[in-house]
Amino acid sequence: MIGALLVQLAQMALVLLAAPLLTGWVRRVKARLQRRRGPPLLQPYRELYRLIGKEAVIAENASWLFRTAPYLIFALTWVGASLVPTFATGLLFSWTGDLIAIIALLGAARFLLALAGMDIGTSFGGIGASREVMIASFAEPAMLMIVLTLALVAGSTQLSTIAEFMLASASLRVSLALALVAFLIVAIAENGRIPVDNPATHLELTMVHEAMVLEYSGRHLAMIELAASLKLVLSLSAIACIFVPIGLLRGSDGSGGYAIGLAAYAAKLAVAGALLGTFELAIAKMRVFRVPSLLGGALMLGLLATLLLYVARGM
Amino acid sequence: MILVLVCVLALLAAGVAGAVRARVPEGRPIVYGASLGACAVAGLTGLASIGLAPSTLTLPLGLPWIGAHLRLDALSAFFVFVVNLGGAGASLYALGYARHESAPERVLPFYPVFLAALNLVVIADDAFSFLFAWELMSLASWALVVAHHRAAENVRAGYVYLIMAAVSGMALLLAFGLLAGPGGHYDFASMRAAVATPGIAALALVLVLIGTGAKAGLIPLHAWLPLAHPAAPSHVSALMSGVMTKVAVYAFVRIAFDLLGTPPWWAAVLVLAAGGVTAVLGVLYAVMEHDLKRLLANHTVENIGIIFIGLGLAMAFRANGVAAGAALALTAALFHVFNHAVFKSLLFFGAGAVLTATGERDMERLGGLIHRMPGTSFAFLIGCAAISALPPLNGFVSEWLTFQAMLLRPDLPQWGLKVMIPTDGALLALAAALAGACFVKAFGVTFLGRARTQAATAAQEVDRWSLAAMFGFAALCLLAGVLPGALVDLLAPAVRALVGQSMPAQLALPWLSLIPVAAARSSYNGLLIFGFIAASTWLTIMVVHRFASHALRRAPAWDCGFPDARPQTQYTASSFAQPLRRVFGGALFAARETVTVPPPGDIGPARIEKEIHDPIWERMYAPVGNAVWRASGTMNRLQFLTIRRYLAMVFVALVALLLALALWQ
Repeated sequence: MIGALLVQLAQMALVLLAAPLLTGWVRRVKARLQRRRGPPLLQPYRELYRLIGKEAVIAENASWLFRTAPYLIFALTWVGASLVPTFATGLLFSWTGDLIAIIALLGAARFLLALAGMDIGTSFGGIGASREVMIASFAEPAMLMIVLTLALVAGSTQLSTIAEFMLASASLRVSLALALVAFLIVAIAENGRIPVDNPATHLELTMVHEAMVLEYSGRHLAMIELAASLKLVLSLSAIACIFVPIGLLRGSDGSGGYAIGLAAYAAKLAVAGALLGTFELAIAKMRVFRVPSLLGGALMLGLLATLLLYVARGM
Repeated sequence: MILVLVCVLALLAAGVAGAVRARVPEGRPIVYGASLGACAVAGLTGLASIGLAPSTLTLPLGLPWIGAHLRLDALSAFFVFVVNLGGAGASLYALGYARHESAPERVLPFYPVFLAALNLVVIADDAFSFLFAWELMSLASWALVVAHHRAAENVRAGYVYLIMAAVSGMALLLAFGLLAGPGGHYDFASMRAAVATPGIAALALVLVLIGTGAKAGLIPLHAWLPLAHPAAPSHVSALMSGVMTKVAVYAFVRIAFDLLGTPPWWAAVLVLAAGGVTAVLGVLYAVMEHDLKRLLANHTVENIGIIFIGLGLAMAFRANGVAAGAALALTAALFHVFNHAVFKSLLFFGAGAVLTATGERDMERLGGLIHRMPGTSFAFLIGCAAISALPPLNGFVSEWLTFQAMLLRPDLPQWGLKVMIPTDGALLALAAALAGACFVKAFGVTFLGRARTQAATAAQEVDRWSLAAMFGFAALCLLAGVLPGALVDLLAPAVRALVGQSMPAQLALPWLSLIPVAAARSSYNGLLIFGFIAASTWLTIMVVHRFASHALRRAPAWDCGFPDARPQTQYTASSFAQPLRRVFGGALFAARETVTVPPPGDIGPARIEKEIHDPIWERMYAPVGNAVWRASGTMNRLQFLTIRRYLAMVFVALVALLLALALWQ
């Protein structure tokens, strides 16, 4: 019991510590591909440290919502990330919420973030919030359709059970391929990566996520940045544990596999981060109003995958 | 049973008192206090009777050869609980809110009667009492809708409502006629025992869907709802949206699940299709709307869609003999009935508070109220989060259960269901996401940002009664989300009585988890999720405050070096909804934007004009209305005939009918 609790706490600490590193890694990969030296891998940690040391400047008419939202957004994302199997399945509290609950936790974080963007009453906050909910209104249903597909294949919406199923009896299926493509599109949109949004932009007219958090500074901004990094870890971990469950330590196994599990997890994050960086460099940002076509495509893929499973169980 | 009936009589008496004492100042506390007491007693009785055996009562009232049958079984008891919970909350709220009522004599007599009628519908056990209570409910609420009769839009809303109520009553009357059969057995017990032929049952089912759907707001029968619900005083809006639509759901469940036996699978396809379309179109209407109360009313349409998706799933499982699936889906639907009654009432109370404080319903003229009305805005925020299905609140649980029901048995044999269930999954997911967008807009534009008008700047927090009602319901949102097992167990007797099985008992599970089928399949623990969120928030704040800088400075917002202090430069509700309007509205609502930019050198303002068409109103209601208008114009001539012509017509009609009868036989 104590051991299981420690493993669960280790998972919480792991995702939290890995989050800035992954962000740094993606930036590094992009810089190297552009033949720049790029910032050091640990730069995001330094940025966070610097941010929490600075005074927070908030707008004159900011309400309590603006000041509490960063902590809640961070906490919601952190709880979500702790429920995703990273190096082992079947952790102590993995049954508290299934994949639908994780999506909803991220939805709650986004709800608060959009509200915080509107709290000051500037155009940027509004534009960011409005575009964010437009993107979310496609990304969330697409994600839910992916969950339905996975649940129909694995007979469960629990991420641990799905991962164990994939590990034990994975087979090539059309529906899973469709779900993977849709999941990748949704993950890119949810994390505000190119081509949907650009995390490095500060050109007002193209911002989505950055526009919402424009008024944040100091410790509040640190929380928001950390939450965004955590969300990236969460998305990549979820994709890894569902579609590439190799090396994942199963809850029933002994404790000997922790080293393998952790090494496999680190390798998976590194590869996923490198792929993400490469992909971002290979593609141009889309116009905002072309995003719905992309995400609508993901939604249709998800629906198609689910329909296939209803029609023919083996697909 | 007797206790509920006594409460109904007390409510009717309060109505009489309201009529007598309407103009004196103590009339208001008497009427609303009495309503609050009666609702509290009746609600607790309902809550206590859910697990008890059905009790019946026959009164020598109504039609002489039938009498008035009343019955309180598990389903009725649950709905008595929901109705009176909403009623008690609205009465508590009204103790403070109704102080600002300009025409109490038009509200006080009808309000308790409306509550009494809502109660009578759910305990009626024969068609006559049911329809009598149903029409009383319609009439009383109509009187409340036109309480402020000097505004032309309210009169129009009342007119449309009356027509739709007549359609609904007519369809139900015909349905009961079919169910009663040629023998005319109008009590529900005989209807339950009788076995209708498939054709009759199908016809009755379609009529019931029309009759209850017109009351609940199923698209395309929803047109009256966004007109009538906002027109009434806010506590009545809360009752109409939160409770009256649920009574319509009750009527559907009672007839389709109880009286009709087991409807065939295609009926489930019909209900699923209606539910899915209603959910998505309802929320899209709400997204386009910027009148706060109309937005909420449109959003009720969406929630009715979600409930009907659950009911359709239950019918699909039941038609295929999957009792566990039917139990899960029906529990999800009834859970959402409770949830929606709670959070929609809460949101209407909030909208009423905003209306009291500012005199405005138009979101474009509000803003910044979070500073002026902290209590209202907090409660409203909880309601917004709950209705957007965010954990750990209650809206999430019922939608989660609905998804679990969809996933339970993908191997139903019928192709209609194979296609319809996943499609409904996508529609439900879309509706849930759009609901989030809709309530970011509703809360963000109304309560956040800077005040757009003088009225919003001068807003004052509302009275304690109103705040108590809002906070009570907000607490219920959290409680039902954190302890969903208690509500699921509460619903078990009602579900078992209808589909023969119920979900496994939840409260006995370790850690108070919610496990619909099996732990390996899916589980959700609202309590732990809430605990985790609270603990990690607390931990984060502690750590940040221990290590981070405490300095905080207030400064002007970033203006891009282009200072413009006017609050009009903020994002408005229309501009917030613009991306969604552009994406969804083009095809569905023929939404168009026209931008006129003056030529260079002209200093006139640029203009952007938006145009939205309601396809259902323009394609369905307007042609029917015009046809009726034209037909009545033509038939008007019949009013001015001579007596000989009338006699001739009577004679011709008589002969024609006799001929028809002769040929029929």
